[in-house]
Parts: sequence; structure tokens; C-alpha cells
Amino acid sequence: MADSTTNTDIGLTTADGKPLKQALAYAQARSRRRAFFLVLPLLLFVLVTFILPIGQMLQRSVFNDGFTTHHDLGTRVDTPIMVNLATWFDENELGVEPDEAAYAALVTDLIELKRLRAPGSAGTRINYGLAGSRSLFTKAARKAEKLEAPFKEALLDVSAKWENPKLWQVMRSASSSYTGAFYLAAVDRTQDAAGDIEQVEENRRVYVKLFVRTLLVSLLITFLTFLLAYPIAHLLATLPLRYSNLLMIFVLLPFWTSLLVRTTSWMILLQSQGVLNDAMVGTGILDDADRIQMMYNKTGTIIAMTHILLPFMVLPLYSVMRPINPSYVRAARSLGATSWTAFRRIYFPQTVPGIGAGALLVFILAVGYYITPALVGGADGTLISNLIAFHMTKSLNWSMAAALASLLLAGILILYWLYDRLVGIDNLKLG
Amino acid sequence: MALQSYASPLEKLWHYTYLVLCGLIFLFLIAPILIVIPLSFNSQPYFTFTKEMLALDPTGYSTRWYDLLLTFGMNAPDVPRDSSWWSDAWNNANWIKAMKNSVIIGVFSTILATVLGTVAALGLSKPDMPYRRPIMAILISPMIVPIIITATGLFFFYSDIGISKWSIFGWEIPYLGVILAHATLGIPFVIITVTATLVGFDHSLTRAAANLGANPRTTFFKIIMPLILPGVISGALFAFVTSFDEVVVVLFIGGLDEQTIPRQMWNGIREQISPAILSVATILVIISTLLLATVELLRRRSEKLRGITPH
Repeated sequence: MADSTTNTDIGLTTADGKPLKQALAYAQARSRRRAFFLVLPLLLFVLVTFILPIGQMLQRSVFNDGFTTHHDLGTRVDTPIMVNLATWFDENELGVEPDEAAYAALVTDLIELKRLRAPGSAGTRINYGLAGSRSLFTKAARKAEKLEAPFKEALLDVSAKWENPKLWQVMRSASSSYTGAFYLAAVDRTQDAAGDIEQVEENRRVYVKLFVRTLLVSLLITFLTFLLAYPIAHLLATLPLRYSNLLMIFVLLPFWTSLLVRTTSWMILLQSQGVLNDAMVGTGILDDADRIQMMYNKTGTIIAMTHILLPFMVLPLYSVMRPINPSYVRAARSLGATSWTAFRRIYFPQTVPGIGAGALLVFILAVGYYITPALVGGADGTLISNLIAFHMTKSLNWSMAAALASLLLAGILILYWLYDRLVGIDNLKLG
Repeated sequence: MALQSYASPLEKLWHYTYLVLCGLIFLFLIAPILIVIPLSFNSQPYFTFTKEMLALDPTGYSTRWYDLLLTFGMNAPDVPRDSSWWSDAWNNANWIKAMKNSVIIGVFSTILATVLGTVAALGLSKPDMPYRRPIMAILISPMIVPIIITATGLFFFYSDIGISKWSIFGWEIPYLGVILAHATLGIPFVIITVTATLVGFDHSLTRAAANLGANPRTTFFKIIMPLILPGVISGALFAFVTSFDEVVVVLFIGGLDEQTIPRQMWNGIREQISPAILSVATILVIISTLLLATVELLRRRSEKLRGITPH
């Protein structure tokens, strides 16, 4: 196109006297606009129902106003809380020992909390930074009205824990709605009393461990799917079409079957009283006493997910292998290569793009898997998605869930970008 | 793949080992799906083959779990099965209610995804489409982003805008949030299948139609639509299956009464797994087999229509 436009620059005009170049540019712009307007409704739809909600969730990972605002669910009125303490934090830098004025501000705020019936929610916010703080707040708020100056001694009488410098650091951090504390927590880090970043105690380091486990399990699953998919994709690609179409059903039927059905099937097969164990006991391979525990652990997750993700590896491999010309291998053989050399030097290199496409796709899907690990994973077979769900539905620490989700999302988007670069989203095929 | 006549004995041995290996992998793929079918006819509440079943004794088999699908949740399951029994089952049985919800949500989200997706795919396939790559990346992303992240985002978003209370003329739209979410999840499938049909689409056909005096609407319905219809239907089926199988978003944003089949299965598996789940699973396997057959037929038809001979 670019060449033809430059060549028209010699004074040619259309029938109505416009320069040809201008007319062409006009027509192209109109056609671009037309194409764009066809896509626009869907783009807006996806932006509103998908991109916007996810962006909003990301914001929640750095925003938590649990210690600055009280939302009354009944009247829908928002009231600022802990204002006096926030003022004291503004006036005094980190490291200043909390004085009588600080404690007085705290007690005033606690009285206000009690009036709003909000000590629980404010305490919960502090609890995220320092476990055990919630009860501290509810207890102190209950007694706050009766406390008399000097407030420091009075409050320490209620609980000596109020003196904890770490508690004051967490309150300072929480007194601003925007915080990076949840991201720190998501990588098992926290701020100590002086505001320096340190690792959390050994028994509380769960997140990094889970991220690493998710990575390792996903890598293993990707490798296993490759190992299983390569031979059958090769068979499917080299068989005559009427046979391979028939065998393709074995790959496509699992692909079309409900995820829950496939997971249920694996539960039936893997249970300690299940089909596989029964078969092994029945045939005498296994003693009734030592049935293998294959479910509610990592093994269960890996077996079931390998099965579920296998078609995503077979299909890209197949579509790369099918057009490979068999005469290349035959030529190699006729030139004296052994079948192994011919495979290694001639056939395998041509399938590498398919391996890349399949492996990236399987890995991307595996890293974010939720349903199967939740059902067959037990305690040590769960992945990072399950922890996000836990914070969403059980612990209700939504900012933590959002921070973990953002980290997972960042990883996935990098892989997605890589996939688009190497494979191209257009080449994504479904059966 | 035939064995060459010049193969050495070692190569022959390897060849047959390879075929056996492939057979085992195919077994690994298909066995877990087929295993639920006989087990759903178990007369005992176990998840394994009883002695009677293995001996093919008819007493080992029964349809009691299929019966339970109908009776579970009914007001009066034990009365004689006349028309009032059936209407009771239709109105009150939990699984039937779940099925109705699943179908309603599935149909509406599929319509939404298919219409928007097809129109967009037409635009995306035009050679002049600007910003094609980034837009495509955005539109496919619902398939790539982990479902738990989508569900989390939607949970906050829908509760902030109070979508469950939205209404048109005082009529609260049921399942609106779930329908919109499922439409979003189904869109990538529609885009992928329809753009795949449009690959190699001969754009001179539309120009020829215009040349012969057809307006854009006629061109679309008489020329483009018949050619891309197989792709559109496959995309719609994919979108429907996606919605019909989706549980996490429903769990996060669905109301308590928005019970769908996967949600009911999920609860059943988590709490107390009963063989009734297996009978549902069997029905779903049969449905997916039918869908697969339909999509395969459509694919062949589309290839024939577009003059692509299978290589």
C-alpha cells in the first residue's frame, strides 16, 4: 500500500477532481474507522465488565481505609475515625516514643470508635499487621470512657500490649489509607518497629513458599503434559486423516467435558477406597492395609491437572506436526542417519514452535488453577489461587487477597505477553 | 504411520512399544471420563465397583441415583407418579431448578457473547483494522486471566455498583451479574472460532456483492453470514459450555437462589460426595459428546464451504 501511495504523487486526480493520494487516504481512513467501530462495542463491554473490575481490585491491594474511615452499612454514612491519632502521627516522626499526648489522642479516638460501634473493624485492620490486636481494640474501646488521665498509665493498665512499638508502627502505617504493607506481607516481609523491612517469623512465612510451590507444580505439570502429549500428537499427525480424526476424539472429548466432571472422576479413581486402589488390592499388587494415599495431596493435584491440561498441549503440537513433510526424515535416513539421529536432528527441531506454544499455554493455565487443587489438593496440594480464595471468603482480608492476586496477575501477564510475542494470539486454536 | 520395510528388528520393537505407549496415553485421557458412566448405575452408595457389578449381576445396578436427581428437594417425592408428581419435580427438585438456572444464564450470556463477538471478529479480520494486536490481546484476556482473579474483581465491582438491585421498569433483572460475567468469559472463544473461519475469507466476494448492487446489510446476511455461520455456531457452543461449566464466578457473585448445576456439583463434592453426582456427571458427559460431534460436523462443513480441503 505504502508504495502505491508514493507513486501516485504525479498529479493524477479522481473523477471529481481530488488528488488521487488524498482520495486514497480518505478511503483508507474510512475503512479503518469502519473496522474499528465494529470492534468498539465489544471492546467497551470487555473494558467495563472485565478490565475495570480488575483494575479496581488492584487498587484495593494498596488501599485499605479500615483504620481511617468507618462505613456504616445501615445508613451508608462514612465517618472518619482515628483522626486525633492520625494528627499526632503527622506531627511526630517515626521513631518518636509515643507520649501522653499520643495516648490521650488514642483514648479519644477509642471513645469515638465505641460510639460508632466500630472497634472491631478498626482493630481488624491493625490485626493484619500484628496478630492479636483486634481483641486489644475491642477491650480497650469498651473501657475507654472510664479511663482517666494520665492516659498512658490507664491504657497500659488495661493491657500492657499497648506499649509494643511494633503496634505503634502498624497503627502509623494504617493511619494512611494507602499502604504497601499488603504487598510486603505477600512476600513474607513486614516492617519492624523502626519501619525497616524484615522477614516475618519463620512459622508465618507461607506466601513465598506457596508461590514457589505453585511454580514448581506448574512446571512439573507442563513437563508431564509435554511428555505425554508428544508421542500421541506425533501419532495423530502421521496417521492417515480418517484414523487420526477418529483418535482425535480421545483428545477432544476430555477438552469438552466439564471440568467438575473430570475432577470428580479423578476423585473416584484416586480415593483410598477408590477404583485404582481397589483394583490394585483386588489383583494382589497391594496389601489391603497399605492403600496408597493419592488424593488430598500434591500427587492428586498433579495427576488430575496433567490430565485436564493435556489437550492444551496436544492441540498446538498436532497443528505444528501435521504439516511437517515426512520426506525430510526419509531423506535423512537415506543419507545414513539412524532413526534416532533423524528424529533428533530433523524432526524434533521442526516441532519446537509447537512445544513452545503448548508449554506456555499449559503453564499459564496451571499457575492460576483453582478448582481442581481446591477439590483434590488437600493441605499440601493447594496453589496460590486457593490462598486468594481463602482470603476472599474465609479470613475476609480482601486487601491481602488483592495483593496476592496482583502478583499472580503480573506474572501471568508477562507470560501472556511472551506468548503473544512468540506464538501470536491469533494462532490460539480450539480443536 | 506405517513401519518402513527396511526397519531393523530393534526399530520394529521400538515401533510397537511406541504404539502401546500411545494406547496407554489415550487410555489415560479417556478412562477417567468413561469410568463415571458405569459407576453412576451403582446400586450401593459407593464410588467403586462392587462385587455384584463386576459379576454383571443385575442387582448390582440400579437407576436410583438418577431417580434421586428428580426427587431431591421435592415436597412429596413418595406419592404415585402422576402429573402432580411431575409438576412437583419440575418446580421443586433442586437439580431441576439448578438446570433451569444454568440454561437461562447460559443462553443469555451466549447470545450476548456471540453477537458482540461476531461483530468484533468481522472488524478484527479487516486488513485495515487499527491497533489490532493490543485490542485482540485485551479481548482474549478473559480466557488467560485466572478465574479466581476475575471472580475477585467482579465481586468488588458488582457489590460497589449494587448490580443485584438494578431494575428495568421496577423489574429486577435476575442473574444479571452472572450473565454479564459469563458473556465476558465466553467472548474469547467466539472471537477465536469466528476469526479462524474468516482466515482465508475472500474479501472480493463482498466487493462483488456491492458491485452487483447489494447494500451492506444484504451483503452481510446473504454473503458473509452463510460463510461464517459454522464458526459462529461453534463459538456459541463454546461460549455456552463455558457458562454451563463455570462455578467460581457464580460462587463469588451469585445470589443464594442462583443455584446452577456446577455450583450444586461443587457443593455436593465438597460436602458429601454421593453417587448422585456421578449421574449428573454422566449426563454432562453425554451432553459434551453431542456438542463435540456438532462442532466437528460444523468444522467440516465450514471447510467445505470455504473450499479448504483437509490436508
